[in-house]
Amino acid sequence: MTDPDVAPTAADADADGLDAHLVVARPPRDAAGAGFRLDVTLRARPGEVLALLGPNGAGKTTALRALAGLTPLDAGRLTLDGRTLEEPAARLRVPTEERPVGVVFQDYLLFPHLSALDNVAFGLRTRSGPGHGGPWRGAKTAARAEAAAWLERVGLAEHAAARPRSLSGGQAQRVALARALAPRPRLLLLDEPMAALDARTRLDVRTQLRRHLAEFDAVAVLVTHDPLDAMVLADRITVIEDGAVVQDGAPAEIARHPRSDYIARLVGLNLFRGTADGHEVRVEAASGPVAVTTADSADGAVFVAFPPSAVTVHRTRPDTSARNLWRTVVAGMELHGDQVRLDLVGELRITADLTQGAVAELGLAEGSEVWAAVKATQTHAYQG
Amino acid sequence: MTGRHLPADDVISSAPTRRGRPWRRRRAGAVPVALLLPAVVGLAFLVLPLVGLLVRAPWSGMGSVLGDGTVWPALRLSLITATAATAVSLLLGVPMAWLLARTEFPGRSLLRTLVTVPLVMPPVVGGVALLLVFGRNGLVGRWLDSAFGITLPFTTAGVVVAEAFVAMPFLVLSVEGALRGADSRYEEAAATLGASRFTAFRRVTLPLVAPGIAAGSVLAWARALGEFGATITFAGNFPGTTQTMPLAVYLALQDDPATAIALSLVLLVVSVLVLVGLRGRWTGGPA
Repeated sequence: MTDPDVAPTAADADADGLDAHLVVARPPRDAAGAGFRLDVTLRARPGEVLALLGPNGAGKTTALRALAGLTPLDAGRLTLDGRTLEEPAARLRVPTEERPVGVVFQDYLLFPHLSALDNVAFGLRTRSGPGHGGPWRGAKTAARAEAAAWLERVGLAEHAAARPRSLSGGQAQRVALARALAPRPRLLLLDEPMAALDARTRLDVRTQLRRHLAEFDAVAVLVTHDPLDAMVLADRITVIEDGAVVQDGAPAEIARHPRSDYIARLVGLNLFRGTADGHEVRVEAASGPVAVTTADSADGAVFVAFPPSAVTVHRTRPDTSARNLWRTVVAGMELHGDQVRLDLVGELRITADLTQGAVAELGLAEGSEVWAAVKATQTHAYQG
Repeated sequence: MTGRHLPADDVISSAPTRRGRPWRRRRAGAVPVALLLPAVVGLAFLVLPLVGLLVRAPWSGMGSVLGDGTVWPALRLSLITATAATAVSLLLGVPMAWLLARTEFPGRSLLRTLVTVPLVMPPVVGGVALLLVFGRNGLVGRWLDSAFGITLPFTTAGVVVAEAFVAMPFLVLSVEGALRGADSRYEEAAATLGASRFTAFRRVTLPLVAPGIAAGSVLAWARALGEFGATITFAGNFPGTTQTMPLAVYLALQDDPATAIALSLVLLVVSVLVLVGLRGRWTGGPA
């Protein structure tokens, strides 16, 4: 979505796009509470989609609200396309309504008393009215015509007159997207845009959203706790935990080299921290050190990672060339698509993906004792 | 189900009550007499006066009473002033409710208390207070008189002032409640779409709390329509200019009880009709 030859680098101070250092401190709710502090740096170039990924309560939505100006910064600086929108130290703060932002809220917040068309036209009218330099006479008609074109683009032309309450979840999401995009913001913010949708709709909407984001020429920031959304929709992922950035990079990079348990679980990797000596890594597990043989050679503190699909499961001790073999007990089984994700507890806690057929063939159930094998060639070790 | 085996006429005439009776009896038995008795007495207390009004109404002489010259001017004046007072309450009360519900400022709870004072104050006291402020020699009245030549006491405008004074708190409280119940995130959504706070209020908040405003208006209107104490104290009782229906009823009661009953009935019918008519309209809309 970005052209590295044309786009300026993020390090360039005058660069177009988003350059934000957001600090928001919230006092503790009660004397015993710890309070919450968000302190993150976010950068994105025009045309780039940045995903904020993190568990609930990590501060993703607070970051989004701060970008929109709905939550004031306590410190830091927010710059968009070279214009400073907020800087507490300089007592500078552009109010929400004057920021070139568009927001798709988690529950959309479509105005219930307005039709889909008038919802989309809302931002076009406020920005073309008196005080915004635009012609007031005929503004309503013009805004409606433009809004109709936007509804057409999201495939909802025939629902223009519908009230939000009569729209399905997927349709409401598309109206919300059209409403946010119509005033042509320079920063599009999406707060868990798929959270309110059922699985089937989600897939459709995700595909559509991807298309619209690809066409969008300014910065988009997407907040999600679903790694798949982040992987599919974003050019870059910033992982936030407890109000701080724990990892930042391209999706594939993060999937290959997750920096925390949480990220590894998210992107479906088994991840262990250990000490490497050549091809041998000593992993400090709960029950004591466990040796893991890796294909990569390294020294010192490393992360060892292998995907759940690299784990083979056996009822009896297998006669295998796999160098890593552990006795485990099936602690949990979950169906994800056509795969069953097994939670295996033993010397190491391992996540394994099997087909439903394999699970049936092995006669696995919770509590089954199994052998788990991982070939060294399927593992990766990288410096932590 | 069992009713199928009963004779047809029995099914039609008494089966529903037979099926319902054991259930009702059991539930009624569960209601303590200590609660049931006062409730029934209270119900009778509220309904009996209305029944009395209907029973004792001079139905045969109704025509002559209504044809008499006092009813229509008084009714007309009542409807006009109550509506005007409601309009004044809306114009001043809705912004006040917004201020109370949506902003933080020192002394806000004190302000809310002050707003509710007219609610608990005897209307006659309100009328006296209004005279002291808006009277010809009052704090504001003197200035209004000398600067604009406006005198409020004992005029139709004075009736509106007295009614608005008594009715506005009803509207403010009910609109404030509606605003507090409305999701303020819609206003945030409007802000992200470039709407100033006033635009968001006008185009988003106001339509969202319209049912609450309507309910508050009805309360205020009904209160204004029945206003007596503040009106007679501040505006007097001049037929045609300040004599509203309640004043006419009271005056008629002194020497012609039959006319008073007839006037009361008219007032009752008018208020019930308006309430029923408006209520039907709102329950159909978004709630």
